[in-house]
Amino acid sequence: MIFRSYCILAQKTARVLVSGRHQLPTCIWLSLRRSASSMAVCPVLSVQPTRALVDEKFQIVVRNLHPKQEVTVHSLHHSEDKDYWEAFGHYTSDENGTVTVMEDASRGGTYTGTEPMGLLWSLRPIPGSRHGLRMRKRNVLSPMVVNISVYKGHMNQGFSEEAALATVVTERWYLAPGVQRVDIREQGVKGTLFIPPGPGPFPAVLDMWGGGGGLVEYRAALLASHGFVALALEYLTPNKKRTLDIETRYFETAYHILQSLPQVSSDRVAVLGLSFGASVTLTLAAYSKTAKPRCCVCISGSHVHPVNKTLFEIFQLMNQSLAKSRIDENNHVIWRDVILPIPTEPDLKVDVGKIKCPLLVVIAQDDQNWATVESTEDMEQIMERSGNRHLLTVLSYPDAGHLIEPPYTPHIRFSNFITHFNGEKVIMLWGGQTKPHADAQEDAWEKILLFLQKHLYQDIPPEAKL
Amino acid sequence: MAGKEPCPLIVVRPSRCIVDEKFLVLVQNLPPGLAVTVHALIHSEDDDFWEAFGHYISDDRGCVNVAKDASIGGSYDGVEPMGLLWSMKPIPGSRPGLRLRKKEVHTPLVVNISVYQGHMNERFKDTRALACAVAERWYMAPGVQRVGITTNGLKGTLFLPPGAGPFPGLLDLWGGGGGLVEYRSALLASHGYVSLALDYMTPKTSGNGTQHVGNDYFEAAFRLLQEHPQVCGDRIAMLGLSFGTSVALGMAVYSPVIKPKCLVSVSGSHVMPVNGSLSDVFAEIKKNAHNTRHDEENRIIWRDLLLPIPDDPSKKVDVGRIQCPVLLLVGEDDQNWPASESAEDMRQMMEKAGNSHLLTIASYPGTGHLIEPPYSPHIRASNFMVAQARTKVIVLWGGQTVPHSKAQEDAWQKTLVFLEDHLYGTKHRCPRPQN
Repeated sequence: MIFRSYCILAQKTARVLVSGRHQLPTCIWLSLRRSASSMAVCPVLSVQPTRALVDEKFQIVVRNLHPKQEVTVHSLHHSEDKDYWEAFGHYTSDENGTVTVMEDASRGGTYTGTEPMGLLWSLRPIPGSRHGLRMRKRNVLSPMVVNISVYKGHMNQGFSEEAALATVVTERWYLAPGVQRVDIREQGVKGTLFIPPGPGPFPAVLDMWGGGGGLVEYRAALLASHGFVALALEYLTPNKKRTLDIETRYFETAYHILQSLPQVSSDRVAVLGLSFGASVTLTLAAYSKTAKPRCCVCISGSHVHPVNKTLFEIFQLMNQSLAKSRIDENNHVIWRDVILPIPTEPDLKVDVGKIKCPLLVVIAQDDQNWATVESTEDMEQIMERSGNRHLLTVLSYPDAGHLIEPPYTPHIRFSNFITHFNGEKVIMLWGGQTKPHADAQEDAWEKILLFLQKHLYQDIPPEAKL
Repeated sequence: MAGKEPCPLIVVRPSRCIVDEKFLVLVQNLPPGLAVTVHALIHSEDDDFWEAFGHYISDDRGCVNVAKDASIGGSYDGVEPMGLLWSMKPIPGSRPGLRLRKKEVHTPLVVNISVYQGHMNERFKDTRALACAVAERWYMAPGVQRVGITTNGLKGTLFLPPGAGPFPGLLDLWGGGGGLVEYRSALLASHGYVSLALDYMTPKTSGNGTQHVGNDYFEAAFRLLQEHPQVCGDRIAMLGLSFGTSVALGMAVYSPVIKPKCLVSVSGSHVMPVNGSLSDVFAEIKKNAHNTRHDEENRIIWRDLLLPIPDDPSKKVDVGRIQCPVLLLVGEDDQNWPASESAEDMRQMMEKAGNSHLLTIASYPGTGHLIEPPYSPHIRASNFMVAQARTKVIVLWGGQTVPHSKAQEDAWQKTLVFLEDHLYGTKHRCPRPQN
């Protein structure tokens, strides 16, 4: 399908000064201009708040429709990668001509049922987009802009060719006002620091992503918006030579840099990791003599991770295990069997029996990338035997996939991935079904924040029962 | 830095909003039963500091919730979710006669909200806060476009809501202070109206002295809206404050071109020479200059310049001929303009003429002249530049802070409902969502 778009020409009278942040896109969604003379009824669309943090809900209300009128509420996002993502729900107004997205049920579209935030978590690339996309914000100093529109009738396609009845523009921010962003390049460590406003000192979080590598800032920015000094750490770069140097000392140095900041309460530092980053987290918590986090969060991670090896050695070992990867019927790569069966040899998995701080483990039962369910069972058994099981809390989400992102992030069942082990470009199957995955993201984030606030903000000694 | 103390956390939700939206301010992780002061600070574009603060005691969970707990002292008391904004005053030692008005609408008002230990009343600058948060308050919603207007001899700024439209339009007229004041139009565009903020008080220089704009100036502005491709030509309102009301009423009744769908008058009067130009109006007012009074602090009270309300029909707009709905918003402590008396006289005229069904009056006790968007700090008196004479005086606007602030909130809500009913045709069928 060819995506058609038209420009609105500024008419005769005015010299256009466009609002600073929202440059008029060169192509915008409109073809037909309705007559400017009297219309019987103009629908009124409101979204509150129009500017919000990405984990905040919004309320969408359409008023002044005809009673029992069929409409489609549609969201549109133009990503940093220049792709278009959309979501939509089919509604019928009540006897007052009102649609309240928080209370009414969508009867069709990219989500159904009463879903206040469905217009975000069910976003997907528009038809004709490139394959294997994933939506990730790189620049956290600007918001994600989402256009919310209402269209006549129950539509499933062709939104760009129809004139919307009304449109509102909303901003979704990873960064709260007043949060500072600081580049960290010291002692060989590369990362980005986010500092909340105020005198401090604050508790802190060392934030690590997974095998995709690079410097991913958005979760750390969001954590800082909740009152934590957060350090997003890069430890896998496209430059392969760098990876040779990375070993436990790198992470301990990063931890120490964070802990020593004047804005940080040195005894209130947590480590949070996803996927490969979770394995690093467990390694630090179990073995490090210098990094003693007050608590840890592991998302979609496993303790199956060679002990006492550099990253390079770990990748070499992983590469060998990749023989166990599978391909599904769509040619998507499934890695979940790579660490199965869970090994019994002690040097192949982190001894979680040694962990002395509260640990929150968040896993998805349809994780097709890493065998996190089996790993967690094994971790529970190890900790039971070691007598530290009381430190562990497990959140396990049915039908959720590997990529447990901040709330309302569109669910991605698979996406393009460049494996760090061998530089190969594949389409990775992450797993999960959209609705349960979205629910998992919302619930997990709320519980992660509560866990961090409980252990870092409130005065509870670490050995106490969770 | 090592620390065994739990750090308090102050949370503002939403941290970014439109100026007429409420926010929640929550302080957590305090020791229970601790006396604290929650403080808000704005550093204005004019480089002044404005502050407000409330005295609280944390509950047994160590929390203070400004929306639910009562302030027991400070610049406001009682349960006041938005007291940290509307009770703001210039900090001690500031220049006198200040008014907080945003000139640059592309950027937000930035409010620093802090919590201090103890019940403090001063010296916040010299004291270390326990915690801080930053809130942004915007006049412009995302996607609203701002367009400078300089054609046809007009000087103004047009604000367009996002989307294709077409939208209802609005001509936005401020008062005798003059200049190009954009923030209310930006806010109205954020509510779905193409709004034209018009500068009409800056005298035109025409070689042989200064001269006011003629009535054709306003007609040109109205026509600009009417002919704009994104405006519904037959759904254009006029909103005037103070002197702007006189202009709006005069145009609505006498202009063959200007036919508003509805009209909002804030702190205004119909007393002015019938079908007079601006110059005529000012000449008439000058005749009554001897009626100027001063209060005990030598601040100017101008309300008597239009009193008594004349019986002579040539000296007031014949509102009996108005053909559109009119909303009058009136402060009963208005010391600048006799808005209450005018409203009453207008009501009588319209009853006699048989069109009083078009009239709605909202009259607010304890409220002064400057009925601004909600949560704007109340200003009882401020510096004022008399445009013609180029002299600076201090004008008494009136009002007491608490009732005036409540009035601003209610008046704005009424304005939005009124505009929506008549321009969008919502016909009171469903309440506006309020956050």
